Amino acid sequence: MTLYSSVLDLIGNTPLVDITALSPNPDARILIKLEGQNPSGSVKDRIALSMIEQAESDRRLSPGQTLIEPTSGNTGIGMAMVCKLKGYHLTVVLPSNVSPERRQLLEVWGAEIIESPGSEGSNGAVKMARDLADDHPEWAFLYQYANPANPKAHYQGTGPEIWRDCPEITHFVAGLGTSGTLLGCGRYLKEHNPDVKILAIEPPAGEMVDGLRNLDDGYIPPIFVDSGGAELLDGKKIVRPRESIEWTRRLTEVGIFAGISSGAALAGAAKCAESIERGTIVVVAADGGWKYLSTGAWTDDLDVVEKRAKETIYF
Amino acid sequence: MSVTVHLPTVLRSHAGGAKDVTADGATVGEVLTALASEYPGLSGQVINGDGTLHKFVNVYVNDDDVRYLSALDTPVTDSDEVSILPAVAGGAVDLSRSLPR
Repeated sequence: MTLYSSVLDLIGNTPLVDITALSPNPDARILIKLEGQNPSGSVKDRIALSMIEQAESDRRLSPGQTLIEPTSGNTGIGMAMVCKLKGYHLTVVLPSNVSPERRQLLEVWGAEIIESPGSEGSNGAVKMARDLADDHPEWAFLYQYANPANPKAHYQGTGPEIWRDCPEITHFVAGLGTSGTLLGCGRYLKEHNPDVKILAIEPPAGEMVDGLRNLDDGYIPPIFVDSGGAELLDGKKIVRPRESIEWTRRLTEVGIFAGISSGAALAGAAKCAESIERGTIVVVAADGGWKYLSTGAWTDDLDVVEKRAKETIYF
Repeated sequence: MSVTVHLPTVLRSHAGGAKDVTADGATVGEVLTALASEYPGLSGQVINGDGTLHKFVNVYVNDDDVRYLSALDTPVTDSDEVSILPAVAGGAVDLSRSLPR
């Protein structure tokens, strides 16, 4: 065992586990990277630390300063933990319909929560945070959707870890949120083997965004555009809530208790496995299942869970 | 070739409130063009004047985003379903939408 001087040193170096037992094609291996093993419980610890340390080295943060960030949960939780250890104050703009565990975890780490309308999803949170940041120039706005330190955390951490543990990778599959994981890992992996295919998985987004008056109110993360995301990705698939829950449950067959977005990513990986003759697919499990227990995702009737999940943000 | 197209809420008012419509065409572009001629309000909403896809629109044939297939030239057959979804900030998960299947 190694002795660590700070919990922050535990971020990254997550395990990669062979779950080919769940693959619909025995010649298509599926390996899953368990990002829930990060100290605050999700892949977002990586970007929380990377964005905050980049801002520190750019001298954009001063001791005790307030940071503001729009988040549907995990980024806020990671940032709140890092802020607590480093002596900053975090205010998060959170859509009102995230699972109660996310809200509680933010409170555990001392973050202040400002609610944005649930009906506007993350779009509403982003807009409100941008307005608040404009009104409070004394606050630091690291803005995960536009911060190059987000994909950089994956280019320098997640990507190299995958390549180190699995140089035989043929396909990389991850959920598309800010696009940081896909861009950072995707660029690193393609630099080492241009034949690696990068596949994005999207939940069906948009419909709940009743605040969307017209299509011009849409949003593409600036880092996706700035980093040439459209050229980097080889494909993008949509995965439905029911499939996401079904695959989240199937993960428990191999002893993995992961969040619902991990089930969505795995559903995408399974479709990928069906479509290829042979290969090695690496899929990212963004977080553990703990924050979603209140959805009954594992234990209640599937129809009931699907219906209930329709009111909660799970990515 | 008649294909089912799922419309997002923001576009339904242009199609008389319909959630699902059908249109003819052998490619995604042909289907969307046929749709716009049937419902003129949709004209310019999904396909720009220069014949490209609107920046904030994602079009899927079954599960796949056509931008990573052959874009508007992506072929479709009778059994395919086309879904139009607005591009929104990641994490804005819409679980309230009942997608096909």
